[in-house]
Amino acid sequence: MEAISDLAVHATGLTKRFGSTLALDGLDLAVPAGTVYGFLGPNGAGKTTTLRILATLLRPDAGTARVLGHDVVREPEAVRARISLTGQFACLDEDLTARENLRILARLVGNRGRAAHARAQELLDAFNLADVTDRPVKTWSGGMRRRLDLAASLITTPDLLFLDEPSTGLDPASRLQVWDTVQALADAGTTVLLTTQYLDEADRLASRIAVIDHGRVIAEGTPGELKAETGAGHLHIQLASPGQGEQAQAALAHLLDLPVHPDTEPGSLSVAGPAADQAALAVAHLECNGIPVAAFALARPSLDEVFLALTARIQDSSKEHAA
Amino acid sequence: MTTAPIPSPAGGPDITTQPAAALHDPGSVLARKPRPAPPGRVSASLTFAWRALLKIRRIPEQMSDVIAVPIVFTLLFTYLFGGALAGSPHGYLQFLLPGTLVMAVLLATMYTGVNLNADLGKGVYDRFRTLRIWQPAPIVGALVGDALRYLLASALVGGLGLLLGYRPGGGAPGMLLAIALVVVFALAFSWVFTLLGLVVRSSNAIMSLAVVVLFPLTLASNAFVDPHTMPGWLRAFVRVNPVTGLVTTTRAAMDGTVTPGQVGIVLAASAALTAIFAPLTMRAYRNHR
Ligand SMILES: Nc1ncnc2c1ncn2[C@@H]1O[C@H](COP(=O)(O)OP(=O)(O)OP(=O)(O)O)[C@@H](O)[C@H]1O
Ligand SMILES: [Mg+2]
Repeated sequence: MEAISDLAVHATGLTKRFGSTLALDGLDLAVPAGTVYGFLGPNGAGKTTTLRILATLLRPDAGTARVLGHDVVREPEAVRARISLTGQFACLDEDLTARENLRILARLVGNRGRAAHARAQELLDAFNLADVTDRPVKTWSGGMRRRLDLAASLITTPDLLFLDEPSTGLDPASRLQVWDTVQALADAGTTVLLTTQYLDEADRLASRIAVIDHGRVIAEGTPGELKAETGAGHLHIQLASPGQGEQAQAALAHLLDLPVHPDTEPGSLSVAGPAADQAALAVAHLECNGIPVAAFALARPSLDEVFLALTARIQDSSKEHAA
Repeated sequence: MTTAPIPSPAGGPDITTQPAAALHDPGSVLARKPRPAPPGRVSASLTFAWRALLKIRRIPEQMSDVIAVPIVFTLLFTYLFGGALAGSPHGYLQFLLPGTLVMAVLLATMYTGVNLNADLGKGVYDRFRTLRIWQPAPIVGALVGDALRYLLASALVGGLGLLLGYRPGGGAPGMLLAIALVVVFALAFSWVFTLLGLVVRSSNAIMSLAVVVLFPLTLASNAFVDPHTMPGWLRAFVRVNPVTGLVTTTRAAMDGTVTPGQVGIVLAASAALTAIFAPLTMRAYRNHR
């Protein structure tokens, strides 16, 4: 357990209701300072709402959140001094050019005339936007706007950066740029809290991940821990004699209490979701009971499988509640 | 897809070894330390005023309302009412022009609300709200931009009036004082529309509300007709209508007969409007969304 002072974000029991929609339902979150933290969840899970509360744009109905040691409701100014938010949708002045957008923001964070101009130019170069700098943003493509929006968040290097789906809609090269940027910020000591729909992105960047659904955290840990915990990998077994397929299927189903599917190849079976220790026991069990195994493999789950397994589990249990 | 390197044309860069991502130096996104101190109130407000000016330059058509409305009203009232009410357009113009000035500038205030409402919907305000700046700065800055619009509207009405034969008894100083008072009052009145711009959902709704508020306020005053011809209940309304005070003072300033008391009334009304609606606007701004 981390000491509270080492946490960049410490939220407990965050609740937010929009009319009849319960967007956040007692969400707890602890983001260690100096890390990249991934925030995953299906559409409508409450990711954006959480980020907006942490960035002082929304007030929670209940619960508390401290960002870099300051309460977001009582000390919003102190929080704003040290954070930046790149929202899910670009927060830019469409009628103005990139340079104008950045110069306005550079002044608003305290740069004076010449310094504001220089910083704007630096970011335009860094994000390869120099060619289109003097065209109004409304004539830009979606991906270019995303990049400018990220640039706008980095006029001063924040201590904590919120990124709401930073790479949605970007081409592969631009996505790499965003990843490099996040990495550079993290190396320089900025904490990054990013939401994403791309699990490879979370896997690659984040040192810890929270999975949220229906406004609560349903799993939290390092990517490795999450994969191990859910055990949502696949066990593939190739039997020595294909004729024993049905016998093996029954034995495995009984032992693992999971559905067993015959693969297209005769004598080949697969089981979704057994934990590693159980899978090992199951293979041994078949051998001991006269069903020799020619080959087996336990595929490590991808984060996508983890995610689907976790959110499906929640759906199952809410169905049970409803029944 | 081929993985073999494509030989680069003579002298040109080898594009296969230069993906777009490599052009970018991640370290350069970091700002130099130390972080600058946040801007003061005046500096932040001036930055937003500058933003308003940039927007006028990029979308000049947003000035059409402050150009067209004053011209149309001045001509229409002079020739339509002038003949019917005073017998001659010219005689009526001496009475009418100060009223037209007030109406044209007050009508322009509704676009303050409409523009703010449209601006707020665009998400860029989310960014402003996460900055450590004096919270009213975006709205104060926008009002500075609006002051320019009101000045333009005033100049058009005044200039057109002079062309049509209006002669201010108070001369140039009287004219300038009148314009200054109208613009000050309009800025104070704008806070009503900044509030509406924040609490009303759509720009269209603000327009219809504005028409319902502004037309009775400007028409049921002494701007265009002498209240003596009105029924008693309407006269009672005209008497308490703040626009009546503004028109009386404006007319007196232009005629060169203004008293300090008349100026004081306009300034007091402006202060009262600001004192009530500026804090309400700021509260609505903080609670917006
Ligand atoms: N301003 C609002 N008014 C009404 N309902 C809202 C508002 N903002 C969010 N909601 C609702 O709150 C819930 C959570 O929304 P939120 O935007 O936080 O989800 P998300 O996890 O960011 O989803 P996505 O992946 O689609 O971006 C949704 O049901 C959404 O409809
Ligand atoms: Mg979202």
